[in-house]
Amino acid sequence: MLRASLRQISAALKEGQITPTELCQRCLALVRSTQFLNAYITVAEETALKQAEESEKRYQRGQPLGELDGIPIAVKDNFNTAGIETTCASNMLKGYISPYNATVVQKLLDQGAVLLGKTNLDEFAMGSGSTDGVFGPVRNPWSYSRQYKEKSIPRSDSEPENSNWVIAGGSSGGSAAAVSAFTCFAALGSDTGGSTRNPAAHCGVVGLKPTYGLISRHGLIPLVNSMDVPGILTRCVDDAAVVLGITTTYIFVCSMSLFRRLSQSKLNSIYPIYIFLFFSVSCHVSGSLAGHDPKDSTTVQDIFQPFALPTLTDVSKLSIGIPKEYHVPGLSSEILAVWSKAADLFKNAGAKVVEVSLPHTHYSIVCYHVLCTAEVASNMARFDGLEYGHRSDMSKSTESMYAATRREGFSDVVRGRILSGNYFLLKQNYEDYFVKAQKVRRLIANDFVKVFGSGIDILLTPITLSDAIPYVEFIKEDNRTRSTQDDILTQAANMAGLPAVNVPTALSERGLPIGLQFIGRSFQEKQLLTVAKWFEKQVQFPMIQLEEVKKHDDGVLQHQKSASFS
Amino acid sequence: MPPVCWKFIKLHENLAPWVPVVGLEIHAQITSNSKLFSGSQVQFAAPPNSLVSFFDASLPGTLPVLNRRCVEAAVMTGLALNCTINKKSLFDRKHYFYADLPAGYQITQQRVPIAVNGSLSYSLCIDNKMSQMVTKTVRIKQIQLEQDSGKSLHDDARSQTLVDLNRAGVGLMEVVMEPDMCCGEEAAAAVRELQLILQTLGSSQAIMAEGQLRVDANVSVHHPGEPYGVRTEVKNINSIRFLTKAVDYEIQRQIKELENGGTVVNETRAFDSKLGCTVPMRDKEGKQDYRFMPEPNLPPLILYDAKSLPANVNHQQVVNIDWIHERLPDLPSVKRAKLVELYGILPEHSFTLVNEDGLMEFFEDVVKRTQMKPKKVIGWILSDLLSHLKQHSLTANESPISSFLLADLLNLLENGDISSSAAKQVFEELWKGEGKTPLEIVKEKQLELIQDQEELEQICQAVIDEREKEVMAIKEGNKKVINKLIGLVRKATRGRANPLLVKQILEKKLSE
Repeated sequence: MLRASLRQISAALKEGQITPTELCQRCLALVRSTQFLNAYITVAEETALKQAEESEKRYQRGQPLGELDGIPIAVKDNFNTAGIETTCASNMLKGYISPYNATVVQKLLDQGAVLLGKTNLDEFAMGSGSTDGVFGPVRNPWSYSRQYKEKSIPRSDSEPENSNWVIAGGSSGGSAAAVSAFTCFAALGSDTGGSTRNPAAHCGVVGLKPTYGLISRHGLIPLVNSMDVPGILTRCVDDAAVVLGITTTYIFVCSMSLFRRLSQSKLNSIYPIYIFLFFSVSCHVSGSLAGHDPKDSTTVQDIFQPFALPTLTDVSKLSIGIPKEYHVPGLSSEILAVWSKAADLFKNAGAKVVEVSLPHTHYSIVCYHVLCTAEVASNMARFDGLEYGHRSDMSKSTESMYAATRREGFSDVVRGRILSGNYFLLKQNYEDYFVKAQKVRRLIANDFVKVFGSGIDILLTPITLSDAIPYVEFIKEDNRTRSTQDDILTQAANMAGLPAVNVPTALSERGLPIGLQFIGRSFQEKQLLTVAKWFEKQVQFPMIQLEEVKKHDDGVLQHQKSASFS
Repeated sequence: MPPVCWKFIKLHENLAPWVPVVGLEIHAQITSNSKLFSGSQVQFAAPPNSLVSFFDASLPGTLPVLNRRCVEAAVMTGLALNCTINKKSLFDRKHYFYADLPAGYQITQQRVPIAVNGSLSYSLCIDNKMSQMVTKTVRIKQIQLEQDSGKSLHDDARSQTLVDLNRAGVGLMEVVMEPDMCCGEEAAAAVRELQLILQTLGSSQAIMAEGQLRVDANVSVHHPGEPYGVRTEVKNINSIRFLTKAVDYEIQRQIKELENGGTVVNETRAFDSKLGCTVPMRDKEGKQDYRFMPEPNLPPLILYDAKSLPANVNHQQVVNIDWIHERLPDLPSVKRAKLVELYGILPEHSFTLVNEDGLMEFFEDVVKRTQMKPKKVIGWILSDLLSHLKQHSLTANESPISSFLLADLLNLLENGDISSSAAKQVFEELWKGEGKTPLEIVKEKQLELIQDQEELEQICQAVIDEREKEVMAIKEGNKKVINKLIGLVRKATRGRANPLLVKQILEKKLSE
């Protein structure tokens, strides 16, 4: 039953086939038995069971709050959760308990979701492997799948079986692994340069990065404020739409023309999209979960309409763009083949498939690096050991206390980014780096505007250069090099603020997931997910066969077989 | 071009004169119920750290939400200072580490502020003579919205720093004035005028003693015709009197330094009010690089006017410049002109009325309640009331004599019930604040004019009888001597005689 999709399990709850408490207990048991994946930093067993109990009462009264009521979920450990530790996988915030919930967390809880725990990540979400946090690396559940075991040849007999495990991708690797290993039905990640889509691709789950401004960032501990978006990880596209529906409820319809006009304006702003009014009106109706959050001035203010994801049968009116610049050096032939096959799939179904150009793509990753580190340097300034978080014992002077606190609290990766960000922001460098990067960012955003303006509905691209590589291989390169390689196909969507989704597409020769990316127009999540859903149906991505979990677990999966949907 | 300075300073006859240049940066706390980017209350002298939201303490994940009231206050102030209001302004982060700046940066408007290119006219009297007033203009470079910091309290004995974040995040308007002034007095007059404008608008209470108005002065000196000298910044001056002293001291110090062959270094200094001098501040070692960057959590601030206002927009969500413009109250300069026109008083009197806290309202209240002509009332307000207030360091609102009582008193005088010398006596009694009405005092002290013609004639007759010599002189044609007799009658009646009536009686009796 734990392998069911969110919508299936929701139906099962409604029909009384399982109670929220039972469901929560089974998930918690699986979380325990898959502990070796290191997907969770904190498991909130007690509060989860309490929430499940509350949900159960609602079901008993026949008044569940909606499709998410009683559904076990997980949240990346860079979203604030009241009463549950929020660490960002950093020594700086170890033991930090926030007094408030992030807006997205609050919305999920308000809909009756059961929060199982906080998932692992790279420290402050800086990374692409989920290997660089203080709680250790996340292991990709597929490392323990029958599919991988059968196809991968142990390099030598002397090598312990354990060293073959592959990375989960990152930085939301914990969330992706948690969904992939069936420990929860949906998880929140964050996506700044690909942090939701990359691990989704490696772990074979759907990873949605919505349009910048559609979902509130309030309570998400920022990496790059102008690019961060809460991401959604689920087993299938429909589930992502359900969660998005909950996190936004309504989708943007009314003034697309306005946004188009604004996003084409030549003003040199860091916003790919202009959000033009921002005095919050205090009459926030609780329960009505429109996209705008009065606590986040960068969320859209317009009226939204609820949407249901239709099943597309005819793609002949669709125009799919294949950006040639995404054929980057280092792209594995395997991924390239999957990408071409996917394009053919659309073509054969009658869609118009066109090669398009996004000419500034090459410059994107460099600019991303400048803008990212600059905002990181600024955002991290608040961690000084005074108000909260780690404080060094050093007491010689306030300045020496700051220095020691930050040296002890941050990893080399974080400190490295702070250092380069501060360098780019120095008065003498600002024009040469930050302003130039901003200008190029505008060009990159305009590339997309032009392509979509030419009649393209959706862009289809690869999302990773290859399938997931073993941890021992991954750590041979430093975080900076890895991030540059791994974000190359994903961060442009963040630079432009566009919605993008990973759809698991095929298994590699090694039996590991390969995903492809669909990039849509601003605030056109409905169209994006509709196409993704059609594609998902065509490719019939196989379900993970978790051999190892069976070996590790307490018989949870065997027990479920009788009640399973599959 | 900045106006040419009228004041050259010469310390030594044989050396070239100096031109002092003064520019000001003024931080005014915006009067608002809540802070610039959070919902925390704003209140002076609240218990430490009792007005701190999650955002103010910079808890991770919190975001700024702009307070509409603060924007309106800045627009109002910009309009009052003849600024161009930028329809689109931007917010920036200014980074530095300090214990009372929890985020490690201040949100300000460095690149595109909300208002630019304004001017402020102010008047001051030359050589302390009220009759010699000159009007000057200082250009306003910009007005920017920004966050206030918290407060650090250093406990040197225990080598501790205590931080109070109540003030952290309170909305400030930084008004940047171009270096168009040349002495402490000018700087003080400009700040006083700004203070009056802010108070009139209600955009800031601008009480300097409570830190709601803080002044940084940039001071330099140069020889006429030469480029500006190296400037120093005297920071955090918190009274107008200190501003005059600090600027003048700094000008003198720089001139002396230069004439003694020294140099002026670009540094921040503080004014030591006890010693009456400026001293270098020790806090900053070397130049700070604030690493400015755009505030990514706040979209550009867009303001509208009647023309650009989009249809079907929620009015709670937009600020309409024209709407604010139409509702601006009368500014001090307009108030002064109106006072002169309405009451026929002198311009310099209108200046005092407007510049002294609550005095104009006091004056107008009195005028409303008395038949006495405003031109006469002003004398009582300025020479009697104001001098008493000044002596006791009180404002008009704190006056022990209310406008009601003063009006009553002036009515007694105007009706001829008492003489003006009696009125002065009553005024002194009223000042004691014993709760008596003017009439009660008049009765008690028997100060009312003698209305009984016969009684008055008897007193006059008695004086005439006693003063043969004077009577003779008058009869010989020396009419002026009658004043002496009038004085004697007044003395005899202890001021209770109407001098006009006395004169009539005396004249009549002497011509008999």
